[in-house]
Amino acid sequence: MWRDAWAVLVKDLGIEARTRVGLWQVLPFAVLTVVLFAFALGPHHGVLKAAAPGLFWLGVLFTALLLIGRSTTIESGEGVGDAQRLLGIDASGVFCGKAMAIAVELLVVEVLLLLGVMALLSYRPSHLWLVAVAAPLATIGLAGVGTLYGAIAGGARVRETLLPMLVLPVLAPVLIAAVKLFALAQSGPVAKATPWLWVLGVFAVVYTAAGIVLYGQVQETS
Amino acid sequence: MRTYLLRTTGIAAVLGLALTAWLGLVVTPPDAFQADYVRLLYIHPPLAWVAYLAFGIAALCSILYLWPRTRSLAVDRMALCCVEVGVVFALLTLVTGSIWGRPTWGAFWVWDARLTSTALMAVLFIGYLALRKVPGSPDQVAKRAAVAAVVSFVDVPIDYYSVQWWNTLHQTSTLEIGAIHGSMAWALLLGFLSFTLLFAWMVGVRYRIEATRALDAERALRDAVAARQREGGVMVEVGV
Repeated sequence: MWRDAWAVLVKDLGIEARTRVGLWQVLPFAVLTVVLFAFALGPHHGVLKAAAPGLFWLGVLFTALLLIGRSTTIESGEGVGDAQRLLGIDASGVFCGKAMAIAVELLVVEVLLLLGVMALLSYRPSHLWLVAVAAPLATIGLAGVGTLYGAIAGGARVRETLLPMLVLPVLAPVLIAAVKLFALAQSGPVAKATPWLWVLGVFAVVYTAAGIVLYGQVQETS
Repeated sequence: MRTYLLRTTGIAAVLGLALTAWLGLVVTPPDAFQADYVRLLYIHPPLAWVAYLAFGIAALCSILYLWPRTRSLAVDRMALCCVEVGVVFALLTLVTGSIWGRPTWGAFWVWDARLTSTALMAVLFIGYLALRKVPGSPDQVAKRAAVAAVVSFVDVPIDYYSVQWWNTLHQTSTLEIGAIHGSMAWALLLGFLSFTLLFAWMVGVRYRIEATRALDAERALRDAVAARQREGGVMVEVGV
């Protein structure tokens, strides 16, 4: 499984590196989202600083939708599924590879977006370790759910509209927990972080396990 | 479900609901703190229970569909019917909760863990219904939907335990020992029973419609094939 996962990861990241869609379209979109949210909230420094964790994660969430859509498009190309089945590539491996590729891309976006939020919205995490733990945990959950639902909606002609409707409600717990943790990293108290870290951890484990088990079934439908 | 059993369930549900209404509105006294607003309690928890039950059965049927040995379109149809009815009950839970919340909490909606997770649960299963509308072969549609139902069901225990896991405005389980007793307890229990019967009746009727629709589609396909075969026969006869 892990060899297949590695192959899919390298393939997806290779395609992204060649096309540079992530760099020229997805990343500017993420920054634009945060800037537009800031326009909507007004120029008040205090309001923006307090809202920064939420704006950051909303930006990440919308960017994740684009990345999931991109990842699904690669997989739903003519004959890709058949070729994978003929080559005997493990469906769980495909899931893990695609989820890891989305996670890597999202982490890059998050690092750059965090710098943007710190510069534009005065977000100052005094407990940087909390940010460093919360972001990867949330990203695993986002990538796992996104990969699974991307495959579910993949075969549909209405994928663009269907995917957000299916994915966003599932990802709501990740959004809530990650925003709480980023807010705690900024203004504390850190002692309250434990239950929210649990939410992210359990979410990541449950949906990754569900993806590994169910991805093969979903792949058959696309 | 046999016709007489379905009819009996329906009649029992209507009688039970009428009795619940009588107990809830006439027999039971107003609450010391909530006054007459307590009467919403006789329908709100039963509605939520039925939504949980519906989504639980839907998830179970979906697992049965995903398991190759138990795969059949009948369990998929049952999952669909349960989700449809479950969504109605989940939305009614939110509406009755909001009506109760306005005088009690001072707002129709608060961003409380229980309310938020219940709303999410409803939206997740509305997404399931949207997914079912995506065209595909019956097996494709059923498989996609089954995976979505299993994944969406994760929210149900989160919703139920949210009042224990987080500090919420929403109270903990109404059925805790000592929290409710006397005629109020009987009204609530009858509410649970009546709404469960109503759910069984609604799912039974809905399942029949879905099964008939599937049978019609099968018959229409058979007729179309037979018509093409007849056409073919005529064409052979005239020497085309």
